[in-house]
Amino acid sequence: MNVPEDLKYTREHEWVLVEGKTATVGITDYAQSELGDIVYLEFPAVGERVRMNEPAGEIEAVKTAAELFAPISGEVLEVNETLPEEPERVNRDPYGEGWMFKLSIEDPSELEELLGAADYKSLIEESRHA
Amino acid sequence: MSYIPHTDEDREKMLRSIGVSSVEDLLREIPRSLRFEGTLPLPPPLSQMETELELARIAAENGAALACDSFLGGGVYDHYIPALVGQTTARPEFYSAYTPYQAEVSQGTLQAVFEFQSLISRLTGMPLVNASLYDGATALVEAIWMASGERSGRNEILIARAIRPSYRGVLCSHLAVSGLRLREFPFGKEGTTDLSCLKQMISNETAAVVVQSPNVFGLLEETEEAGRIAREAGALFIQVFDPASLALVRTPAEAGADIAVGEGQSLGSPPNFGGPLLGLFAARAEFLRRMPGRLSGMTEDANGARAFTLTLQTREQHIRREKATSNICTNQGLVALAAAVHLSSLGPEGFRRAALISQERALELRKLLREAGGAIPFEGPFFREFVVRFPEESLKRGLVRHLLDHRIVPGIPLERAYPEMGGCLLVAVTEKRSRESIRRYADLVRDFADGKGKGAPSDA
Amino acid sequence: MLNPVIFELHKKGRAAEHLPAPETPEEEILASIPERMRRRLPLRLPEVPELELARHYERLARRNHHVEKDFYPLGSCTMKYNPRVHERIAALPGFAALHPMLPETLAQGAIRLLASLEEALAAVTGMDAFTLQPAAGAHGEFTGLSLVEAYFRKKGEDRRKVILPDSAHGTNPASVRRLGLEPVEVRSDERGEVSIDALGAVVDERTAALMLTLPNTLGLFETRLPRIVEIVHGAGAQLYLDGANLNALLGIVRPGDIGFDVMHTNVHKTFSTPHGGGGPGAGPVGVKEHLIPFLPTPRPVRDGDRWTWKHDFPDSIGPVHSYYGNFAVLVRAYAYIRHLGGPGLREVTEHAILGANYLRSLVEKSYPVPYRRAAMHEFVASAARFFQTANVRAMDIGKRLLDFGFYAPTISFPLIVKEALMIEPTETESRETIERFAAAMLAIAKEIEEDPERVRGAPYDTPVRRVNESLASRRPRLVWEDGADGEGVPSRG
Repeated sequence: MNVPEDLKYTREHEWVLVEGKTATVGITDYAQSELGDIVYLEFPAVGERVRMNEPAGEIEAVKTAAELFAPISGEVLEVNETLPEEPERVNRDPYGEGWMFKLSIEDPSELEELLGAADYKSLIEESRHA
Repeated sequence: MSYIPHTDEDREKMLRSIGVSSVEDLLREIPRSLRFEGTLPLPPPLSQMETELELARIAAENGAALACDSFLGGGVYDHYIPALVGQTTARPEFYSAYTPYQAEVSQGTLQAVFEFQSLISRLTGMPLVNASLYDGATALVEAIWMASGERSGRNEILIARAIRPSYRGVLCSHLAVSGLRLREFPFGKEGTTDLSCLKQMISNETAAVVVQSPNVFGLLEETEEAGRIAREAGALFIQVFDPASLALVRTPAEAGADIAVGEGQSLGSPPNFGGPLLGLFAARAEFLRRMPGRLSGMTEDANGARAFTLTLQTREQHIRREKATSNICTNQGLVALAAAVHLSSLGPEGFRRAALISQERALELRKLLREAGGAIPFEGPFFREFVVRFPEESLKRGLVRHLLDHRIVPGIPLERAYPEMGGCLLVAVTEKRSRESIRRYADLVRDFADGKGKGAPSDA
Repeated sequence: MLNPVIFELHKKGRAAEHLPAPETPEEEILASIPERMRRRLPLRLPEVPELELARHYERLARRNHHVEKDFYPLGSCTMKYNPRVHERIAALPGFAALHPMLPETLAQGAIRLLASLEEALAAVTGMDAFTLQPAAGAHGEFTGLSLVEAYFRKKGEDRRKVILPDSAHGTNPASVRRLGLEPVEVRSDERGEVSIDALGAVVDERTAALMLTLPNTLGLFETRLPRIVEIVHGAGAQLYLDGANLNALLGIVRPGDIGFDVMHTNVHKTFSTPHGGGGPGAGPVGVKEHLIPFLPTPRPVRDGDRWTWKHDFPDSIGPVHSYYGNFAVLVRAYAYIRHLGGPGLREVTEHAILGANYLRSLVEKSYPVPYRRAAMHEFVASAARFFQTANVRAMDIGKRLLDFGFYAPTISFPLIVKEALMIEPTETESRETIERFAAAMLAIAKEIEEDPERVRGAPYDTPVRRVNESLASRRPRLVWEDGADGEGVPSRG
């Protein structure tokens, strides 16, 4: 399972890439493989404010639906417009062209609550053996 | 008895394999205090033949109805059904099949549903159609749910009083505790919905406006105008339609409906004493993810061959559970199949002829009943069904009884649902009613009014 | 074209065969409808000769699995034989041709039949009265919960919580939500039963009902039911039975005798009415005395020597379906009960239980059953070990069974068993069929060890290969679109 070292993670199997004051959000390789073929996505609108750990969209696979949570609080700066047309990008390249939305970082201290790659790896190990 | 295939020897072998000596041993986990002792208090069993004869006797108790010329409608209509329809739904390949969850061995059902969706789409002009719901009334409930989800924040639904009374009842029972406010807007003295009243009542609280056309009295409503009023107020427009009318009458799509629902029984199903029926549900394309019920979609198999499957299942209860768009986990599969075979059998010309002849004969009966002394309270354009009010004098002397005695079922009394409409009957005419029976109906009314009726003894 | 859709068989200009032309000129008839109210959209129905049409449905029929073709092991769905004679009975004109608004004098047999069925269902279940209006199980759930809601509203008690075991059918929470009530999940214990501790902790004065499936969806009897009844009734709440598994109780246990206040049944499961490829079914709801005033209207009642519809029940929740429910379905259910009687219904249950335990004994070495207790009418096996060792999922096993001519078991339900395979043979499957099915299960288990890829790629020998559901969801095509308006492709190109 691919878990890039330079990203931060949530317990909800999302990743966060921090670049200056912007955080890019997507779901992890593990999440996409658990969900299976992703068929539909719903994101907040650009300009909307989301709050840490609160629902911020939806991911649907063929036979499951999962909520997407905001990993941190902030304003939605951009969403990946190509995904609704081609949701398979999330399966193909979850950390690249499958990114979902970008947030402005309001409170950098929230980032400290996210997991590092090593901790996330042990989290998915646990989930697999539960 | 019981359609159980096992011999004593089979039972012995099975028990041995399980490792018990009797079925009773398998029930040991049920606390004794909970067990039912004795035999269920039912009439004694019958052989299959006796069962069939017994049921045939019960059916025969309704036999007098079969000898009548019936002018009953009100949502359930007696249209001609091509032989292929019933003979297709009578095949075990269709009736004994399960819900098509395993698509690879359910292509017959899935393709039939896909064709049903396509046919209803062409009939209504609406791009999106589901695999059907229980009946027209519950389809309207689902439409209102969907509209209120789409216009969340608005919690009022405006409903024309001139929709079928059975729908009004079902809406109340299903939406009583929904938090939605259901408000009725009246019909005017022409029997059609009072749109000026709708204009006054509509507000930014209104999530949806519901109008039925043809309405409960068979009258065609100004649906386009109703839709415009709804749209201008930011509400959705839900039209209740009658599929048979759509051969001739403006479609919900042309009227600007956001959601269109209707009763599909008249497409290939006999009346069946009111069930099963067929809830038709169609919507504009943007409501795809909010659709209630099943959807069959066209896709491919692993070899790239055309295949069909239930799709967008994440909306449904077995995945979404409490967040599902609806609790519905069925459609009316076999009834939808009947509708598909019916429409495909008749084709555009046959379907149109059924509507034209029904309308022709309804116009004729209306004219003859008027000549026979019946009043026609609503004069506006109608389809296949109209209201007549017979002279009070005749009714008092037992006109309806007299007609029934002469094997005419004259129509549905409207007074229970509309107390102000005492003496009014809703009269439906399909292409199956002969011109002779229509004349006979009118003659009986006239002769009775003239005192020439043999006159069943008056109840009064 | 191997498998055309109906629109591809269309050729413009086919003569209408079924109906005559109207006697009046068309324009005269149309004059009754103002121009602006007429249809302008072309009526693009297919024109297909009747023989081609008959062949079309023949082709579709051949592409379906069905009860008369072979066994459906579907757990919780009770896919028993649908007796042929019921089809002939339901088609009698004295039933099929009846209009629901006929004067009562002309429908005495029909009203009497419905009243008799209500009575028979009450006798079978120990409830005090039934309504036959709900059109399906989920509709029954909604109706039953509505009765509970109305009951507490009348009593002035504010109860919003409905407790559901984590093994409940998905319709349960969806139905609860529909009523604006709040579903609360209670977990199962290590025996696969409702955890009494967990139940005690959530039931309180705000609880409206506990919805229980009995036997539960693991096919197990809730052995501590008396304690459950005590807890629920002790808090003043109602006990609701999801009757999906009633086939396991006929003549053995009557829900109305053991504490249930309200229940629904699925006549398309227990009482042998056909599933119809997904309906129509019927979901009658039974209640104890205290809930009778709230039942839907109208109700069939005897008035001296005649039968009549009674509308006047002031506390009723009102009608939940147009007219009286799915009459033609109910006729079949009545015929079934009339034929079998009390002794026959008990035999049904005994043999359903016998068949399930027998099948389990044949397959459980290869497919572990997580809760190892006497099964009732169905059991839940797990394919988790195949998933761990060979990456073969329960679904793959189900698909491979299709190649053997069987349908798949119920997959991935209940949610509390990993890689669940829920299997219910029903009383109408012979010992030979059960053995044939078990042999297929074992062959697949062996194949997983030798050639898991083969199983993952199944099915092979079906009308179509594995269907691409992702494509169907990503690019939904829900109606047929052809190019030129109404011009289809000639048949069999």
